[in-house]
Amino acid sequence: MGKDIFEVGINLAKVAVIFLMMIQAVPLLVWLERRGSAFIQNRLGPNRVGPLGLLQLLADAVKFIFKEQFIPGNAAKFLFLAAPVVALIPAALAFTAIPLSIPIQVEAFEMLGKSWGPYTFQFQGVKMDSGIIYILAVSSLGAYGLLLAGWASANKYSLMGALRASAQMISYELGLGLSIVGILMIYGTFDLNAMIDMQKGPLQFSFLGSEYVIPFLPNWGIFYQPLGALLFFICNFAESNRLPFDLPESEGELVAGFHTEYGGFKMLMFFMGEYGHMMVGAGLVTTFYLGGYLIPGLTEDTVRTLIATEVGAGTVANLLTALVFHVSFIVKLALLLWIFIWVRWTLPRFRYDTLMNLGWKTLLPWTLANAAITAIVLYFARGI
Amino acid sequence: MLDQLLPVIFLFCVVIVFGVGMIALTQLAGFKAKKNLVKMMPYESGVPGQEAATTKVSVKFYLTAVSFILFDIEVVFLYPWLLVYSDYIKPHGAFLLGSMGLFVLVLVYGLIYEIKSGALEWD
Repeated sequence: MGKDIFEVGINLAKVAVIFLMMIQAVPLLVWLERRGSAFIQNRLGPNRVGPLGLLQLLADAVKFIFKEQFIPGNAAKFLFLAAPVVALIPAALAFTAIPLSIPIQVEAFEMLGKSWGPYTFQFQGVKMDSGIIYILAVSSLGAYGLLLAGWASANKYSLMGALRASAQMISYELGLGLSIVGILMIYGTFDLNAMIDMQKGPLQFSFLGSEYVIPFLPNWGIFYQPLGALLFFICNFAESNRLPFDLPESEGELVAGFHTEYGGFKMLMFFMGEYGHMMVGAGLVTTFYLGGYLIPGLTEDTVRTLIATEVGAGTVANLLTALVFHVSFIVKLALLLWIFIWVRWTLPRFRYDTLMNLGWKTLLPWTLANAAITAIVLYFARGI
Repeated sequence: MLDQLLPVIFLFCVVIVFGVGMIALTQLAGFKAKKNLVKMMPYESGVPGQEAATTKVSVKFYLTAVSFILFDIEVVFLYPWLLVYSDYIKPHGAFLLGSMGLFVLVLVYGLIYEIKSGALEWD
């Protein structure tokens, strides 16, 4: 974790800061969702509080805090209050393992009469050797929060919503796990940082002993696994309970599903969990298939020398370079999150049996076939 | 390994403190209403509730969970296999591919059987 107090402190603070960044992104996404839905449905959306309605989220948050905190009479009080926290944990833990930018090199410096450094800090919460295993393990715990909420509310709508949520999440988890088998086989590693390193440069691959290079395309995973990318993205919709898969809270049948009895800030925490799952899903799609924080056509050294001519080489130049790549990651993430919102306001909700059929009879065979075909093609590309 | 887990445990504590803190804050700052027995009843769109929350639920959910465990084990076996496969594809590719293919075929047969027997039908 670090060899002196400075490094340990920065590494711990980084984890907390990335969590707070994630929490901060939720109101922005809610605003984007409301303005986006208004744009799609040809109406205005929130536009009264602040410029473009941007302060609406602040007003909402303040109102959430001062709402009456209602607990139903025969609810299990402790579990009822604990469920929103449990729903928040998996997304927060999973997001910390996603690489957000290139590592920052801090050169040796003098402070408090001592010499410190040099250090290398990862631009992500924790650098994991088997990051994807950790993320899959942690994010699948999300079903517990919903199940606890539904059971503790002592309301049959909540219970039905929670049961649907857990059945749906475990069904689509098979598709989620199997759809990335192909891309993991190509990379041959579970380390997310190593995967991004492999996507550098132009598209190049070897097939049946001869090398091919396509100079105008980046070496991104989506060109090797287009079907896998699509299936993985679809499964992420189901995992984060977004429309068209939001059966757990289908208001036509179940009032509001597992959060029928929740209001105020506790409800907002379920939203944070849901949007956090969206961010984890979009971040994973970016990392696996869209080259993570890489910018096509630009290498790390090009950007660093360009910045170093302006501000001089050193820690500041390294920091600015990392920020440039971080912006690239944010742009890709934002595009994917916009697709999440766009789909929500375009497609109607599935019926429950069609949802389960899609998961078990369509996604599961397709992801299996994708993995099998990848394994066979890989054998002919690298094995012989 | 502990090196990578310590920040995660720290983050876990941060999230717990954030969540519990926000819930405690809203309990303190929130509007206090008089106790109202009608309002404390489970939500039921205006009419008195008919069934208790511990009502009977479809056994299909249980069946789905059982078949999930079956196929999730398959995914669990695939993950270490794919690392070995991509590392040793040059000398032993055909053997690794064949052995995993046999295992997956058995499970695919299981899936086909499950679909045919109607275990995945919802009505």
